[in-house]
Amino acid sequence: MGVGRTVLVTGVSRDLGRTFARTLATDPGVNRVIGVDVMPPRGDLGDVTFVRADIRNPVIAKVIAKEDVDTVVHMSVIATPGSAGARGTMKELNVIGSMQLLAACQKAETVRQLVVKSSTTAYGASSRDPAMFTEDMEPRRPPRSGYAKDVNEVERYVRGFARRRPDVTVTLLRCANVIGPRVVSPLASYFRLPVIPTVLGFDPRLQFLHETDLNRVLRHAVLSDVAGTFNVAGDGLLMLSQALRRMGRTSVPLPGPAFGGVGSVLKSARMADLSPELVAFLTYGRGVDTTRMRTELGFEPSYSTAAAFAEFVGTLPPGGRRAERVLASLADRLPPVDEDRPAQLTVAGGKDG
Amino acid sequence: MADAEIIPIGTRGRPGRGTGTRPSSAARGLAPKAGAARKPAKADATPTPEKPASPAATPDAPAATPQAPAARKAAPAKKPAAAKPAATKPEPVIRMAEAAPVIETASLLDGLGDSASAVPAARTEERGLSPLAGIPVGDWLAAFQHAARELFGDQWEPQLARFLAFLRRRLTGDYTVDEYGFDPEVTERFFMAALRPIAQKWFRVEVRGIENIPTEGGALVVSNHSGTIPVDGLMTMVSIHDQSGRYLRPLGADLVFRLPLVGSIARKGGATLACNEDAERMLRGGELVGVWPEGFKGIGKPFSERYKLQRFGRGGFVSAALRTGVPIIPLSVVGAEEIYPLVGNIPSLARLIGVPYIPITPFFPLLGPLGLIPLPSKWLLEFGEPIRTDEYDAGAAEDPMLVFNVTDQVRETIQQTLYSLLMQRESVFK
Repeated sequence: MGVGRTVLVTGVSRDLGRTFARTLATDPGVNRVIGVDVMPPRGDLGDVTFVRADIRNPVIAKVIAKEDVDTVVHMSVIATPGSAGARGTMKELNVIGSMQLLAACQKAETVRQLVVKSSTTAYGASSRDPAMFTEDMEPRRPPRSGYAKDVNEVERYVRGFARRRPDVTVTLLRCANVIGPRVVSPLASYFRLPVIPTVLGFDPRLQFLHETDLNRVLRHAVLSDVAGTFNVAGDGLLMLSQALRRMGRTSVPLPGPAFGGVGSVLKSARMADLSPELVAFLTYGRGVDTTRMRTELGFEPSYSTAAAFAEFVGTLPPGGRRAERVLASLADRLPPVDEDRPAQLTVAGGKDG
Repeated sequence: MADAEIIPIGTRGRPGRGTGTRPSSAARGLAPKAGAARKPAKADATPTPEKPASPAATPDAPAATPQAPAARKAAPAKKPAAAKPAATKPEPVIRMAEAAPVIETASLLDGLGDSASAVPAARTEERGLSPLAGIPVGDWLAAFQHAARELFGDQWEPQLARFLAFLRRRLTGDYTVDEYGFDPEVTERFFMAALRPIAQKWFRVEVRGIENIPTEGGALVVSNHSGTIPVDGLMTMVSIHDQSGRYLRPLGADLVFRLPLVGSIARKGGATLACNEDAERMLRGGELVGVWPEGFKGIGKPFSERYKLQRFGRGGFVSAALRTGVPIIPLSVVGAEEIYPLVGNIPSLARLIGVPYIPITPFFPLLGPLGLIPLPSKWLLEFGEPIRTDEYDAGAAEDPMLVFNVTDQVRETIQQTLYSLLMQRESVFK
C-alpha cells in the first residue's frame, strides 16, 4: 500500500470521529481523508474532505468508487440515539448503515482494508461472565435489544464480509468505554451527574480507554495493516466504588429495580441515558483481556484505566472531600510513617500478561 | 395455691384502663394522696399526667418539702400501708415489693412539683452553650491521648498515623484491585480479621499437612463441601492464609455473583466465577485456587448423608489443572457437616425464589436469627499429597477417560481421608 492512500471515515459529525479524521489527514502515509456523515460536523475538519451522505442508502457506493477509496474506517455505530432521534432511527443507522457500507465495500475492487470500531459491549454483562473476556468468547446471554444487539449484528456482518472478501484486511477493534475530558457518552454523562446513583450491593469492575488512545489505536490499525479482532482497553481496572471515591462525589445506592426507574427519570430530564446495557454494566461490570492487542496488533495504550479516569475527573468540579481533609489535617500532626500497604498486584493485561 | 387476693369493692374507684381523660385504676392507686389526687383529676379531666400531680403538690408545698426527702428514705411499707390498708393484708410480701416503685414515683412527683414551684424550669434556649463547653481543651487532649494509648499501645503515634493513612487510602480510592476485583488490603484487615476468631475460637480448626501447599506457583486445592452455608470455604481461606501466608482464591457458583452484596464481597475477597476460563486464567497467573466440585449437591445434602462425597461435577477442575499443569491438592474437611445439620428442605419455595434449597435445621427457622449460629463443632483440615498433572502430555485435557480417572482418584483420596479423620475424632464437639 504505502503512499497515496485514500481513507474514508464514517461518523465524522461526532467529536471522536472528527478528531480522528483530522489527525489521520496530517499523517504522511495518507494521501486523502474523506469524512462521511448525515450531518455536517460542528468543529473544524482540517484537511478532511467532507461528503454529506447517508450510509443507509447506496450513494455511499458511488462515493467509494468515485474517490478510489482503499481504506474504510467505520466508526458510526452509535451507543445512544442522542440527536438521531428515537431508538428506531438509531438501529437503522447502526445496522442498515453498516450493511450498506459493507455491501458498497464488497463491490468496490479498490478497497484493501476495513477498520471497524466496535465496543466491548458486545460481550454483555451478567453474573455468569468470566472475569476477563478474550476475543474468542461470546456473550453469556445474547443481547435482545439496544446498542449491544446492534453491535453484535454489525460484528456479524463484518465477519460475513471478511469471509466474502478474504483479500481485504479486516480489523475489528472492540474498545472499552471511552473516557476523557471531551467525551460525550452515556457513561461519561453518568459520571457527570451531581449525585451518582449506584446499584445497591453490586460493585462492578470498570475498564476505560482514553480518547487519545482511541485515536491512536485507530490510526495504528489503519497504518499497520493487521487483520483480526482485538480488545482495546487501558491497563488495570477500577471498581465503581473506587472510581467514585477518587471523584469525591456522593453516591446513592439504590436497589436494582429502583435504579432502572431513576434511569428513566434521568433520561426524561436529559441528564443521562441509563440504557439497559449500561445498567447491566453498572451492575456486573466487565473486564477484557488485552494480551492480543499487545502481541498481535502491537499497540500500547498510553493511559491506564486509572490515569484515563483521573484525567476525566480533573475536568469535573471537585467534590466535597470533607472527611479526607479532616484525616489529612490529623495525619499532619502525627509523625510520618512508611507505607505498609500490601505488595503491588499484577494488574490486568500487564506487559507480562 | 395461695389465697386469692381480696379487693373490697369500692376502695379503688371504677375499674378499667385509663382513657385520654381519665387515669386507669392502677394509675390512681399510684397517686400519693389518694383523695387529693383523685379529685382534680376527675374535675379537670386533663390529658397530661403531670398536671394532676402539680396541683396536688402546690397547695401543700411547705408540707411536701420536708416530706419529700424523708419519704425517699422512709421504710417503703409506710405509705401504702396508710393509703391502702385493706389491700395489703392478704399478701404482704408481694405487696411490699410492688410498693417500692410506688413510693419512688410518688416522691419523684412530689419533687417535681416542688422544684416547679420554687424555680421555673430551664428552657432549651436559656441553657446557653452545650454542656461540653465547660471542659477545658487540655482535658480533651489528655483524654484523647489516653484513649489512643489504650487502643494502640505505647507506640500509638505511628500506629495511629498508619491507621489514618489506611483510612485516607480507602477514602480517596488510592488502592489497586486485580483483574478479578480482589482487594488484598480490605481482605487482610477486615474479612480475615473477622473470620480468624471464628476459625480459632469457635471451630478450633486444626490444620494438617500444610506443607503440601506449594509456597509459590499455581496449585488447585480441591475440597469436600458441606455445611448448608459455605462456611467451610471461608474457614479454609483463613486457615491457609494464616498457616502458609498465601491467599486462597475460591471459585464460586454463579448464584454467588447474582446476589447483591454477597457477590461484591466475594469478589473483594478474591473469589471469581467457577468457569473454565477463570480457573485456567488464575492457575496460569500462579494463584492458589480453591474449588468445591460437589457444589450445591455437597452443601445442601441432608444430615443423614454426611461425609458421603457427592458427584464431582463434570471434572472441569481436572481439565483446568491438566491444561495448566498445576498440582491438585486434595483437602478433607471434617466438622463442617455438623454446623447446621440439614434435616429438611422446602423445594417449592426454593424454586420460587430461585435458590438451590431452603434449609431447615433443628434450630432454623424455629429459633429465628438465633438458629443461624453454627454449632461449635471441632474442625479438622487435612491437606493430602499433591497429585501432579504436569507429567501428562499436552492433549491430556481432551481425553475424557483420563479426566474421569484423575477425578476419581482425587475423589477417592478425599473420601478415604475423611473416613480416617472420622475414626480419629473422639467426638463432634471436642
